Amino acid sequence: MEGDPNMLTALAVSALLVIGSLFSVLAALGLLRFPDLYTRMHAASKAGTIGSGLLLLAAGIHAMDIAILVRALAGFAFFVLTAPLSAHLLAKAAHQAGYRLTNLSVTDQMPQAGPKSGNI
Amino acid sequence: MSAAVILSSSIYFALAALSLGLLLTVARILRGPTLPDRVLGLDMLVAIAIGLIAVLAIKSGFNLYIDIAIALSLVGFLATVAFARFILARGLSPEKDKGAGRLLPAAQKAKRGKPVRRTKKGAR
Repeated sequence: MEGDPNMLTALAVSALLVIGSLFSVLAALGLLRFPDLYTRMHAASKAGTIGSGLLLLAAGIHAMDIAILVRALAGFAFFVLTAPLSAHLLAKAAHQAGYRLTNLSVTDQMPQAGPKSGNI
Repeated sequence: MSAAVILSSSIYFALAALSLGLLLTVARILRGPTLPDRVLGLDMLVAIAIGLIAVLAIKSGFNLYIDIAIALSLVGFLATVAFARFILARGLSPEKDKGAGRLLPAAQKAKRGKPVRRTKKGAR
């Protein structure tokens, strides 16, 4: 077309926007539809992370500035580092506090804590 | 189609999809049977808000929004960690019967009279 790098950037940003927002809305749908906490955590911490990360990457590419792009990549890396950490902490706390799995689940290899699990 | 048309239409698509995602997450927070479900919903809400801020940075052209997104992700991480510590410290006090899998109504009614002590592991 007319301005080729301009068109290429717009196409890349548009693709990243559409894919990232689809990941985010599918993560929210999984959060609403899955049967218990531990399966909901799959949707929220994997698809939600990649959705927000792709949208941040789109914002960084759209700026056409290497400083902004590095900042967006740093935000992406920080988010990718912290989201599994918080999900693991929350799952471990809930499992240790005694929130049980759904009846559809096959096995639970971690022995669940007794009633006295209240102290950190 | 020119570049601007493609970009603006995908921006509007992303805004609509993220708004739908926010609505679904708020529905889970309102409905969620236990406290960890609500905490997970808040975490997801922060993640979608970060995506929304990134889309707004593209739409408005202010690149400063990306810094705000990074700060918001830090705050969301710390809030989730604090809530996880709180859940660990509290145990499952009041909502024990609601969150624990799908109990049959008879079993639920039978369990409700008992004190905080859990029954043994196989008995759901």
